[in-house]
Amino acid sequence: MTLTVNGERIPLRLDTRTTLLDALREHLGLTGSKKGCDHGQCGACTVLIDGRRANSCLALAVAHDDAEITTIEGLANGELHPLQRAFVEHDAFQCGYCTPGQICSAVGMLGEVRAEGAELDEATVRDRMSGNICRCGAYVNIVPAILDAAR
Amino acid sequence: MTAVADRSVGRAVDRIEGPEKVSGRAKYAYEYQADRVAYVAGVSATVAKGRVRSVDEASVLALPGVLGVLWHANAPRLHEVEDGELALFQSPRVAYRNQWVAAVIAESYAAAQEAERVLRIEYDVEEHDSLLVQGHPQLYTPEKVNPSFPSDTSDGDFDGAFAAAEVQLDHTYRTPAEHNNAMEPHATLAVWDADGGLTVYDSNQGVQPVQRALASAFGLEPGRVRVISPHVGGGFGSKGTPRPNAILAAMAAKAADRPAKVAVTRQQMFSVTGYRTPTIQRVRLGAGRDGRLTAIAHDVQEQTSTVKEFAEQTAVVTRMLYAAPNRRTSHRLAALDVPTPSWMRAPGECPGMFALESAMDELARELELDPVELRIRNEPELDPETGNPFSTRNLVACLEEGARRFGWRAEPRRDGRFLVGTGVAASTYPARRRPAQALARAEEDGRFVVRLMAADIGTGARTALTQIAADALEVALERVRVELGDSSFPSAPLAGGSMGLSSWGAAVVQACRGLRTKLGNGLPQEFHADTEDDVAGMQREPLARHGFGAQFVEVRVDVDTGEVRVPRALGIFACGRIVNAKTARSQFVGGMTMGISMALLEESKLDARFGDYLNHDLASYHVAVNADIPSIEVDWLDEVDEYVNPMGAKGIGEIGIVGTAAAVANAVHDATGVRVRDLPITPAKLVEQL
Repeated sequence: MTLTVNGERIPLRLDTRTTLLDALREHLGLTGSKKGCDHGQCGACTVLIDGRRANSCLALAVAHDDAEITTIEGLANGELHPLQRAFVEHDAFQCGYCTPGQICSAVGMLGEVRAEGAELDEATVRDRMSGNICRCGAYVNIVPAILDAAR
Repeated sequence: MTAVADRSVGRAVDRIEGPEKVSGRAKYAYEYQADRVAYVAGVSATVAKGRVRSVDEASVLALPGVLGVLWHANAPRLHEVEDGELALFQSPRVAYRNQWVAAVIAESYAAAQEAERVLRIEYDVEEHDSLLVQGHPQLYTPEKVNPSFPSDTSDGDFDGAFAAAEVQLDHTYRTPAEHNNAMEPHATLAVWDADGGLTVYDSNQGVQPVQRALASAFGLEPGRVRVISPHVGGGFGSKGTPRPNAILAAMAAKAADRPAKVAVTRQQMFSVTGYRTPTIQRVRLGAGRDGRLTAIAHDVQEQTSTVKEFAEQTAVVTRMLYAAPNRRTSHRLAALDVPTPSWMRAPGECPGMFALESAMDELARELELDPVELRIRNEPELDPETGNPFSTRNLVACLEEGARRFGWRAEPRRDGRFLVGTGVAASTYPARRRPAQALARAEEDGRFVVRLMAADIGTGARTALTQIAADALEVALERVRVELGDSSFPSAPLAGGSMGLSSWGAAVVQACRGLRTKLGNGLPQEFHADTEDDVAGMQREPLARHGFGAQFVEVRVDVDTGEVRVPRALGIFACGRIVNAKTARSQFVGGMTMGISMALLEESKLDARFGDYLNHDLASYHVAVNADIPSIEVDWLDEVDEYVNPMGAKGIGEIGIVGTAAAVANAVHDATGVRVRDLPITPAKLVEQL
């Protein structure tokens, strides 16, 4: 099969049981996407599949042969993505393990809000980012980081 | 001691490894690469007590990609293992359900998972007893409680004073088992060299304990084991001790004769990586009508396992927080057929202060006294337990400043469907320090490198140590690089007990100051510091050293559902000099967030029939998510404590979670009139009483 990750088409031979997350981490060396629970319950593995956020631990790699996959490694374009910069400035993480998932999720979430024409405010961000657990408890910094970057 | 000149210290400095973390470049243990790496999965016992009779190796060896099976019949014998949880496959005994009793080694993660799922194990099953109940017949008195406090204390005549008190309060509070649930599961990659040395990439709060455990288990000199852990995805205590994944990775790599890696699954983290014991706490307060305490007793029942003893120091905080001439505390343990409890953020203080600070609120209600005022009236001049002066103690100032900032005290009110109330509780945590070593080096290019075995598990230690080093060297931050998380660096204690930065920072100051005396003699230059004598001197000073704080919360309780929301919380802390205003704020906020989570959500439910925590994943063990935490404000008093370390700082990693749950429970009572004495405060406990 071929995976298209961060714009690059990569031919791969995979065990059909391999999740997209394991394909990224174990086969492509893209370890920015994190495994926090492997059951779609924590959001650390969030990537963008065709622009939409998804838990890559719940996606089988073989089912995404034709998809465009963007991981945290693909967001920075020479310099950090505005969300990445805002996360650093607002100290929107501590251990950093949920952070790639938070940022990919935020990219997807902002796209959803735009597409729906919904209002972007603190409450919206809090609700829509609640699939990404941060055990260090950086939520009160994550929300302003996302709002800042969205401006 | 003289304080370090303020230049970098105190500023809000961005996390140095921030760009690496937000771009996915920061590597965590499981993410290191090794050629021909084998994937290893621990296999969990499906009985709560008994013996492994047989393991059907053939049932998995026939599967494609499976390389081997390890269990007690074929596992290599370990040399010396002090921690029973690390004695993997050394005996057929099963001490608790989900203990690792075997492991499978495979070519891929998928193959290892499949083999783990189908491996057939036969057991001889014995009757188990896994449930802590009040007055459990097996309760005993431990010799000491964590880390080395006496189990029981008694001052004055509690019974007489309590019987004679004008006001008596006698209640029992309970906290459930809670699991740390760091986001990064415990993981290890182990690589044996051709000459018998071992290198491991491991997720831990201290490389030295892991190095020592591996060296003694595999009969090596510690110097032959190198532990590398530059980035760690949280720990909250659960990575403070080596965990079975480190032993298993090394054992499997040896057995398979190739590098091997192990990640504990999220489900397995509920069994083999520690948790907070459930507690049953009886608190008795005797006071005069004026609110002055005359008698305090805090008697605790909690659990440990049959594998090793862990005795949480739940009542220890009651020995020092409030003045009362007659005091008694005790701890009793039952050794049950359960996983071994361990450190979880502020072990002791966290559950203990839920009980004590709830009881203080109940006493204030009884006396019709403002709960802030009640605490001020019981402020001791000296440490009630030792009679020593406090190095600094600004609890009253925190309470007063917090009350002013929070708008204390608003009357409870009803707002449509919601009952709104406010609550307060005190926070405290010991300010400890341990000996540490550090190396400071001046490079030829004018830069400086500082190395020590410290850990940055998300605390911001790397950044704070860089600030401390820059100030001690009197150079700009950008010229200093701090390297940590490697056992080849000078010896330093783990990140735990809120004493990491205090211990490491003092060694870094000493190393940098020493290096400065050598500058001008050509480059490069090095200075190696050791604070052992300094710490011994400090411990001889008769002082009580603790950080303090006050937490205020507002709750909104839905009268139809009983759901509690916390729209705002404020914490004011007095923890000496704050080294990095940005990362310190995050530490306090993070602690309070976990405290709100503890108050409302967290509970590991033990199924007594199966001896298992039922809700062993993040879908059923609930932790606070973004929508649960609308607003937490944190600030600190301008305090410098010259008696802990040369930075004037006290540890801040744990104090944020201490008292939060009581503040929430007190606010719920204020809003509803319902006193919940057993956490968490779920809708079911409120809805029928509203």
